[in-house]
Amino acid sequence: MDILYRVEGLQQIYQNRTVLDVPELDIYRGEILAVVGPSGAGKSTLLRLLAFLESPARGQILFENYPFTPLTAEMPLSLRRRVTMVFQRPVLLHDSVRANVMYGLRLRGERDHHSRVEQALREVGMDRMAHVRARTLSGGEIQRTALARAIVLQPEVLLLDEPTANLDPYNVRLIEDLIQRLNRQYGMTLVIVTHNVFQARRLAHRTALLLDGKLIEVRDTHTFFESPGDARTRAFIHGEWVC
Amino acid sequence: MDAQAGEIVLLSLRVSGVALFFSSLLGIPAGVLLGLNRFPGKRLAVILIYTGMGFPPVVIGLLVYFLLSQRSPLAGLPFLPDLFTPEAMILAQIILAFPLVAGFTMTAIQAVDPALRLQVMALGATRAQAALSILREARNGVIAAIVAGFGGIISEVGAVMMVGGNIAGRTRVLTTAIVLETRQGNFEAALSLSLILLGMAFVVNALLFILQDRWQND
Repeated sequence: MDILYRVEGLQQIYQNRTVLDVPELDIYRGEILAVVGPSGAGKSTLLRLLAFLESPARGQILFENYPFTPLTAEMPLSLRRRVTMVFQRPVLLHDSVRANVMYGLRLRGERDHHSRVEQALREVGMDRMAHVRARTLSGGEIQRTALARAIVLQPEVLLLDEPTANLDPYNVRLIEDLIQRLNRQYGMTLVIVTHNVFQARRLAHRTALLLDGKLIEVRDTHTFFESPGDARTRAFIHGEWVC
Repeated sequence: MDAQAGEIVLLSLRVSGVALFFSSLLGIPAGVLLGLNRFPGKRLAVILIYTGMGFPPVVIGLLVYFLLSQRSPLAGLPFLPDLFTPEAMILAQIILAFPLVAGFTMTAIQAVDPALRLQVMALGATRAQAALSILREARNGVIAAIVAGFGGIISEVGAVMMVGGNIAGRTRVLTTAIVLETRQGNFEAALSLSLILLGMAFVVNALLFILQDRWQND
């Protein structure tokens, strides 16, 4: 398979505390990789690094062989714009839903975006709320709008941080269906951070476990759940306390 | 008096308008810089801005007076205006309004959800685009900063009196004219000029409020 990201000796350190330590991880083009682990395991930190939003303290991330290291001040904009991230707690602009979805396209100077915006809104079921002010939306609607403003950009890589946390079953299903559609129809590479092992099992081709900042194991999802190689993985997927 | 009053009003508008324009031009980017970034010396810069926000206008008048006088080490530099000119008054008012605009802009920027910057960067914004997006989110606060700057200079008398000299037909503005008329016992004239000054302040603030309100509902 075609390697899109190669992570080598990656460490992130905040205030002298190592919050992430991933010796080696490859992410393949066109796959859905789920990263599971308890709160505070370093999952969101890994996503921010994969989105090139913060520089690593040690090691490097090769994105199509282009290195992102502690010395990289900023990734080239053309590479950075191939990756988009949706945050666990999305913050929308004080504007309409449509304006929020158009935002990233405007940044890129793309003018002929009406049909793409409408399609993205339809994909997340927000087309009837296009004119609604973002500040009046519910949690699920904010999450769906944030997803629409990311997918409208048609990124090569979509990084999702707890995309369905605190959502009702209808919204969870809608977003999970969309994730699978994006992957199957457009070949989009997705990395999903979730503490929900069932969601990882439903969606991902491969699943990785992070515990206390350390990558414990990464395997194809079936093997990860049926015959994990590490006792801590087995304990985690069975809902036991692991550290 | 009517013709004189017209001249005084026009000069007041010109001096305060130009001063507000330049203090906003400098103060808004300074406020964005301070609100968004950490850098060595930032604390000192913020303390200086806060101090400037409460600086007595007469002291600023004195500093500008020295700066523009023949004793100043900078005397004779081509870009410095002469004392007792409208340009000297504009310089004093820029110095007065700058910390107000910068300080309130900084506060408005800091009130925007800090997570937004990272999220717009994740959508492909450059640093400049991210800063502009945050400035747009803080637009109501920025308008309030401009209102504060305008309030600081339109009502100001000490600095413009010192560096302008209150020369009839040349540097006499509404506030200095009100002081003069009061001292001469012409209370009616002073009161009329005061009403014009209040009306001017009302119109400008109303325009800024309408702008703020429109953006809020935009």
